[in-house]
Amino acid sequence: MKELQLIKGNVALAEAAIQAGCHYYFGYPITPQNDIPEYLSENLPKAGGVFVQAESEIASINMVMGASASGVRAMTSSSGPGISLMQEGMSYMAGSEIPGLVVNIMRCGPGLGGISPTQGDYFQATRGGGHGDYYNIVLAPASVQEMFDLTIKAFELSDKYRNPSMVLADAILGQMKEPASLVPSEPVQFSDKPWALTGAKEHKPQYLKTLYLNDGEQEAHNLELKEKYDAIREKEALWEEKGLENAELVVIAFGTASRIVKTAIKMAKEEGHPVGLIRPLTLFPFPSKAIYEASKQTPKLLVVEMNTGQMLTDVQISASRDADIYFYGRPGGGVPTPEEVLVEIKRSINATASIQTPPRSVR
Amino acid sequence: MPQQVFKRPRALSDKATHFCPGCTHGTAHRLVAEAIDHFGVQEKTIGVACVGCAVFMYDYFNVDVIEAPHGRAPAVATGVKRAQPDKIVFTYQGDGDLAAIGTSEIIHTANRGENITVVFVNNTVYGMTGGQMAPTTLLGQQTTTSPYGRDFRTDGYPIRMAEMLATLEGVAYSARVSLHNPKAVLNAKKAIRKAFEMQVNEMGFSLVEVLSACHTNWRVKPLDGQKKVEEEMIPYFPLGVYKERTGKDFL
Repeated sequence: MKELQLIKGNVALAEAAIQAGCHYYFGYPITPQNDIPEYLSENLPKAGGVFVQAESEIASINMVMGASASGVRAMTSSSGPGISLMQEGMSYMAGSEIPGLVVNIMRCGPGLGGISPTQGDYFQATRGGGHGDYYNIVLAPASVQEMFDLTIKAFELSDKYRNPSMVLADAILGQMKEPASLVPSEPVQFSDKPWALTGAKEHKPQYLKTLYLNDGEQEAHNLELKEKYDAIREKEALWEEKGLENAELVVIAFGTASRIVKTAIKMAKEEGHPVGLIRPLTLFPFPSKAIYEASKQTPKLLVVEMNTGQMLTDVQISASRDADIYFYGRPGGGVPTPEEVLVEIKRSINATASIQTPPRSVR
Repeated sequence: MPQQVFKRPRALSDKATHFCPGCTHGTAHRLVAEAIDHFGVQEKTIGVACVGCAVFMYDYFNVDVIEAPHGRAPAVATGVKRAQPDKIVFTYQGDGDLAAIGTSEIIHTANRGENITVVFVNNTVYGMTGGQMAPTTLLGQQTTTSPYGRDFRTDGYPIRMAEMLATLEGVAYSARVSLHNPKAVLNAKKAIRKAFEMQVNEMGFSLVEVLSACHTNWRVKPLDGQKKVEEEMIPYFPLGVYKERTGKDFL
């Protein structure tokens, strides 16, 4: 029996980073993620690591780039406005194939917005976010246990593919306490890093760069990156699926929204409606195949998000063209109750037209 | 048997540079390479390239190089140095990079006393993008974006970075040198060596501001460019050592 601790999501994430061998943290304060730098400023030095409070999120991500280029595991964490400032650095990291973890404990926007939970940064996270043709690897925990587990996974994938990865959680997942085991379920994986800049002693001088001016070089580089993203799409998608057999409707939700959906699905079952769930654990790569298969079997889908419909577009891209897709979203810090989701579940089940119902709270 | 008295520094690669003929970037590169050779640290040096004419540093130095986003070289260097404190880390930045878009990064990196060396080439214009006004453009100087000459009422004043950074406690060494004649080059060589020595001795942040001509964008002949450095730049950007830490008393 694993020993469980009652612990905050942000703290579980920070502890996971240390256990994943990340001894370098660079960050700038912002709510609702401050538990992460606070925990690491206390515990990284004890683990022989380095904690630097940077002058901005721009500096933070560039420090992560420098440390990661040295071959070590490094990370930063922030929330919406700070993540926006990091996009430049993440674009350079993707371009020069430098790994590193960026944690986004989402708060609402646009702009300064508010500190309540949201899933409004889905597009920013899954579409690259910065300039150029690239993607981040994005993992979406839905519990304190997953804040721990998926953070370790994020470091492993980032190193394996030499690409920035992101843990995309929100204010609820960061701030709430749940019992969790802070022991990695499997030994932490490490990758060789012959590309690291450690001084030209055991290798010829080498460099990490993004500038390609010669004819065709940049295109070739972009196509190489695409091959990598295709491999990630092929091999790394993670999702949870439940009750897909004989379901009248399949709900798709990630993170905090998926927890509320689970309760609503239980309530629907009690009322005689079998409803299935697909919960993406990776948002890039998106579990498109799982959604396609489910939509072939049950051509009625409901997407529930804490935004005005972002993952919805990925579901629309993935699902069978015969599927009816409905959406229920609560943006700007609105958190749906299970009862509200149940109403949408029943509305979707009873709907006959193959058109989108207007999102209720987004009039 | 004739004795070889002059050769390419080991840390400088055997490549023709892309710099305009007569540009002093090549001289500055050589002085940095000589300092690296002098301390025998080529195999443990990591350079951080900035955005601008100096971005191709990885082609010219025989050391590991990482390319930083515009202005962020000091932050990238901080990451490299914190992860590898036993290595020699330097940035090589222009005036747009260091004194405009990267002011936040340079000030806070200096203020933290990061044990790195910054070579700051000030030629008063954005060279690579075609000679636009820089934060160091002199008053009255015409550039492609100050066609009527820089006016303090609309553009502010040229910024003196070596002096400003010297006020920060974390700075071990801050100096301004020039490359406009052989004597100036010898002084610049000493200063750049000193800056690396500070890092080797773990004294803290070191910076050398190098006044440099950009005759292409100044629209003058190379030799006239050197003259302008002497007659127009140096009066506003005085040469000298603005800070030199002598002991580890700051600890």
